[in-house]
Amino acid sequence: MTEALSVTLLLSLKVAGTATLLNIILGTATGFMLARCRFPGRDLLDTLITLPMVMPPTVLGYYLLVLLGRNSTFGGWLKDTLDIQLVFTWQGAVIAAALVTFPLVFKPARAAFESVNPQLEQAAEVLGLRPWAVFFRVSLPMAWRGILAGILLAFARALGEFGATLMIAGSIPGQTQTLSIAVYEAVQAGEDGLANGLVLLISAVCIVILLAISHLARARDGRS
Amino acid sequence: MKPHKAVWILLTALTALPATAADITVSAAASLSNAFKDIAQSYQQQYPDGRVRLNTAGSGTLLQQAVQGAPVDVLAFADQETMDKAAAKGLIHPQTRRNFARNTLVAATPATSKLTLAQLTDLTKPQFERIAVSNPNSVPAGSYARAALQKAGVWQALQPKIIRTQHVRQTLDYIARGEVDVGFVYRTDAALMKNKVRILRTVPTDKPVSYPIAVTRSGRQQAEAQRFVNYVLSPAGRAILARYGFKQP
Repeated sequence: MTEALSVTLLLSLKVAGTATLLNIILGTATGFMLARCRFPGRDLLDTLITLPMVMPPTVLGYYLLVLLGRNSTFGGWLKDTLDIQLVFTWQGAVIAAALVTFPLVFKPARAAFESVNPQLEQAAEVLGLRPWAVFFRVSLPMAWRGILAGILLAFARALGEFGATLMIAGSIPGQTQTLSIAVYEAVQAGEDGLANGLVLLISAVCIVILLAISHLARARDGRS
Repeated sequence: MKPHKAVWILLTALTALPATAADITVSAAASLSNAFKDIAQSYQQQYPDGRVRLNTAGSGTLLQQAVQGAPVDVLAFADQETMDKAAAKGLIHPQTRRNFARNTLVAATPATSKLTLAQLTDLTKPQFERIAVSNPNSVPAGSYARAALQKAGVWQALQPKIIRTQHVRQTLDYIARGEVDVGFVYRTDAALMKNKVRILRTVPTDKPVSYPIAVTRSGRQQAEAQRFVNYVLSPAGRAILARYGFKQP
């Protein structure tokens, strides 16, 4: 049982970690773009990419299944030309988790970048820094605490993703069966001992992450 | 009307809803969902005072819900083992237990596929990449399939190809969408999706696929629950089951 537990935990960490990594790059970039660039349809774009946070995971799972499935145009193209299959794979679970947690990264990132004084960025630019250097040496260092809190929250949420993951990745032990799905299966099969172990494990992980977030928030308040 | 008064009235109305006199909850195996929806409808036509709430899932899930104290009046499963467990836990009135239908396990493939399956051992061939089997620990369709594949001696060898689903209708859905090459469902399930799913062959099972039904001990509407069970067993109930392809017990 302990071996099954550790395999499931490692898989969950791998899926949630990869999804979070994707979102660190995409979410931070999107947050920065929405904070700094003005363009028509900016509010609409913000709304569209916030949707996954409020939509039922089963709706997302269905969208993904229809979009990435073998019989769909896009899914068929992926399989025929690139030989990539996402349904029933851990990569599929990553896509589900990344989609659900994307707003949790880009929303705080946008707010954090908006709270950075633009005059400081302009000063850096006047002093001769290239735009990417302004981003990495001025904007990002001043916004990173807010971004990090969002990232940790996204990681915790990714660990708990259930509905969309179950629909697109299925429940294959050792391959796509994450902690939350293993809990569901253990309860259904009446394996209370296994269920108890799993829920304690996932609760502990979530508590540690939330403690880290409140620690970050306190440190930020202390500074300002 | 002041807002808080409106909220109060709404709350009262909501809490009053489940208290209708003859309300019963029927937990039925996923494979029964369409047939039982029809049965519940025609039952309510015959007995206008009766109200049936239908709860469908894999039989193991239904059992666990009842074990944890869910307010269920009637249990209908897709195998005898699950009902035996319910009886052992004292959840049902044993004298009310009846078998009311039989079914057949089949291996099915997407309608567009050109695969054939002469015998179960052929599933090890490379053209079968993904095989959907419902979770054998909580879904009867899965445990029947596991037993058949174990008897054929290929259960272990097939493990890497097996996609585990939460109930038999999820297996059916994956076949219909072409996400798997073959899946194990009941003949009655495959019949619901004739244009999307093709039956490859019948899968012989050691134990017949037979459905038991019983009245629970915890239900508060014992007479009403018994009346529903009697209706399922009546000629009218049997006719609806037969229409969906279920055989006589």
